[in-house]
Amino acid sequence: MFEEKLIPLERWITTFVEWLVDNHREFFQLIKWPVEQTLSGFDTGLNAIPPVIVILFLAICAWRFSGWGLAVFTLVAMTFIGFLGFWEDTMTTLAMVLASVLFCTIVGVPFGIATGRNDRFEKILRPFLDAMQTTPSFVYLVPIVMLFSVGNVAGVLATIIFAMPPIIRLTSLGIRQVHPELVEAALAFGATRTQVLLKVQIPLALPTILAGLNQTIMMALAMVVIASLIGAGGLGSPVILGLNTLDIGLAVVAGLSIVLLAMVLDRITQSMAGKKYE
Amino acid sequence: MDKIIIQNLYKIFGPDPDKAIKALQNGDTKQDIHEKTGMTVGVDNANFTIQEGEIFVVMGLSGSGKSTLVRMLNRLIEPSSGKILINGQDITRMTHDNLVQFRLKNMSMVFQSFALMPHLTVLENAAFGLALAGESKGKREERARDALSQVGLQGWEGHYPKQLSGGMQQRVGLARGLAVDPDIILMDEAFSALDPLIRTEMQDELLTLQENSDRTIVFISHDLDEALRIGDRIAIMEGGRVVQVGTPEEILQNPADDYVRAFFRGVDPTNVISAGEIVTNTHPTIVKTRKGGIRATLELLNAKDFNHGYVLNSRHQFLGIVSVDSLQQAVEDNRTGEPIDTCFLPDVHTAMTHDNMQDILPEVASRPWPVPVVDENNIFRGVVSKNRFLKTLHKSEKHLPV
Repeated sequence: MFEEKLIPLERWITTFVEWLVDNHREFFQLIKWPVEQTLSGFDTGLNAIPPVIVILFLAICAWRFSGWGLAVFTLVAMTFIGFLGFWEDTMTTLAMVLASVLFCTIVGVPFGIATGRNDRFEKILRPFLDAMQTTPSFVYLVPIVMLFSVGNVAGVLATIIFAMPPIIRLTSLGIRQVHPELVEAALAFGATRTQVLLKVQIPLALPTILAGLNQTIMMALAMVVIASLIGAGGLGSPVILGLNTLDIGLAVVAGLSIVLLAMVLDRITQSMAGKKYE
Repeated sequence: MDKIIIQNLYKIFGPDPDKAIKALQNGDTKQDIHEKTGMTVGVDNANFTIQEGEIFVVMGLSGSGKSTLVRMLNRLIEPSSGKILINGQDITRMTHDNLVQFRLKNMSMVFQSFALMPHLTVLENAAFGLALAGESKGKREERARDALSQVGLQGWEGHYPKQLSGGMQQRVGLARGLAVDPDIILMDEAFSALDPLIRTEMQDELLTLQENSDRTIVFISHDLDEALRIGDRIAIMEGGRVVQVGTPEEILQNPADDYVRAFFRGVDPTNVISAGEIVTNTHPTIVKTRKGGIRATLELLNAKDFNHGYVLNSRHQFLGIVSVDSLQQAVEDNRTGEPIDTCFLPDVHTAMTHDNMQDILPEVASRPWPVPVVDENNIFRGVVSKNRFLKTLHKSEKHLPV
C-alpha cells in the first residue's frame, strides 16, 4: 500500500530551509551575533586566565556550596585534565557550555515563569518543548549548518535549542509547586502580581529552578561534544578524531576529561540547588 | 456602628452566573442548578450586617459557602452579584489599585494552614504586609516586633516557621495580621488545625486581644463550641445560604429551622443561656423605707400568695430577701418597729446577669427561694426560680433533641 510516496515532506523541508537561507540571512546573522560575542568572550577569557586561578576558583565554588570533599575532588579532577594535555580544549568546551547555559537561562526562565502562571501558554509551548527534547540531536545539526554555517557558534546555537527545555520545564514546575494558599495570603495582604512573583513565587521556586539549571548544564555538555560533528572545537574534536582514526587511547582520554568536567559541574550546581530553608 | 453591610450577595462558579442567579430567584435549589447547568452555587443571596468591634462568626459545614463568603470580603473571590459595603464604601466596585490599597491598610487575613512564607524568618513574616506596603525596614521591624510580643513570641524573631510548633506558627500568622493594624481581620478556620488545648488557648488570647480594641473580626468556623465561645454574633450557613444570624443565645433559643437545630444538637444549653435572659419579674419587691414596713410587707406577701419578697433600696439595688416566716416571727416577737433588715434571710447569694445557667444551677437547686439576679451595679433585675429554670431546659430540649 505504501509503494508510492505521496507526501514528499523532506523535499518541502529542504525547500523551506533553502528559502530561509536565501531570504532571511540577515535575521539569522542577527541571532548569531550576540552568541558569537558572548562565546568568544568566554573562550578568550578562560584561556587567558592562568589554569591555576581557574582551578582554584572552581574549587572555592565547590567548597562554598558543598564542602571540603567536593573542593578536593574538583582540584584533583581539573589538575588531572590539565596534565592529560586537554586544558585548552576543556576551557573551550566550558566556554561553550557557559555561553549556551547563559542564553538558555535568559530565554528559558521567563518562558518558564510564563508557562508556570498561565495554563494556556503552557499548553501551546508543551509540544515545542517535547519536540526540542526528543528530536535526535543529529537532526538539528543539518539545518543549523545551513543557517549558521559550521564552527563553535553554530555548535552553541544547536546546544541552546537542545538544552533549553529542562530549565523551562522546571521553572514552570517550581512556580506551580508554590502552595496556592501562600499566593492567596500574599494577595490578601495587598500584594500586586509582580510582588507575588518576586516575593513569593520566585524565591520559593528557586531550588527547583536551580535543579533545572543543573539539568540544562548537563545537556549542554552532552550536546557540545556532539556539536564537534559540525566543526565545533573543544573536547569533542579529539573524541571525533579518535573515532575517525581508530585511536582508542585518544578517544578514551578525551572522553574521560568530559566525564570529569561533567562531574565537577554537576556536583557544584547540584549542591547550589540543594540549599533549603530550615 | 455598621462596619460591613452585605446585600444580596451571590457567588456562582460557572460560565453564566446571571442565569443561575435568575434560576435561584425563581426558586430553583443549588442541586437543580448544578444538574441543569453544571454551575456551582457558592453563596446564595446573603444579607447581613457586621458591627464594628464585634467577633462575627460564620459557621457551617464544609461546602456551605463560608470560605467563599469571607473571601468575597477582600475579593480574593470576585462576587457574582450584590453589594459589600465596608465603611460605607462598596468594595465590589473598587478599582484594582484601590482594592490593593484597601487590602494593605484595612483588612488582613489569618489562614487555617497558617500560610507563612517558609523562606522568611518569623520577624520577616510578621512584617510581610508592611513590606508590601513599602514601609521602611526600621519601621516595619519595629511594628512586627510589637505584634509578635502581643502574641507572646518575643525571642523567636530570627527563627524560620518550620522550626516552630503549629500553635506558634499560627501566632506568627496572627502577628502578621495584627502588624498592619487593620480595622478588619478575616480569620478562615484559623484555629481548626491546632490541637484542642492550644485551640482553646488561642481563642482566649484572641478574646484578650479584642478586649480593648474596636477591630472587627470575621471568623470562619465549623466548630460550634468555638463559635459559641468567641462569637458575639453568629451567622449559620447551609448550602450557600445564610439561614440565621444572631447572638448565640438567640440562635439557641429560637433556631430558624431544622438544620440549625440539628447543628446545635448536643449542645448543653445551660452553658450558653445566661441568667439575665431567663429572669422573671413576677416576685414582689419591696423598697426599704427608713422605719418599719414589716407588717405591710407581710400583708403584701400574703395577699399575693408569695413566700418570699426581695428588698431593694431606692436605687433598686438589691439588699436582701425576707420570707413570710421571718416576717411572721418578727410580728410575734413584737419587733415590727425595727428596720426590715432584721428579717433578712441568712446565706443569700445573688447571681449576675451574665452568669450562665450552669453557674447558677447549684444556688437555684439548693435554696427554697428563687435566686435574685443583679447586674454589675448590683441593680436588681429579677429572679430565677426552679420552675423557670426547668421550663427553660425543657423548652431548649424540645428544640434540641439530644
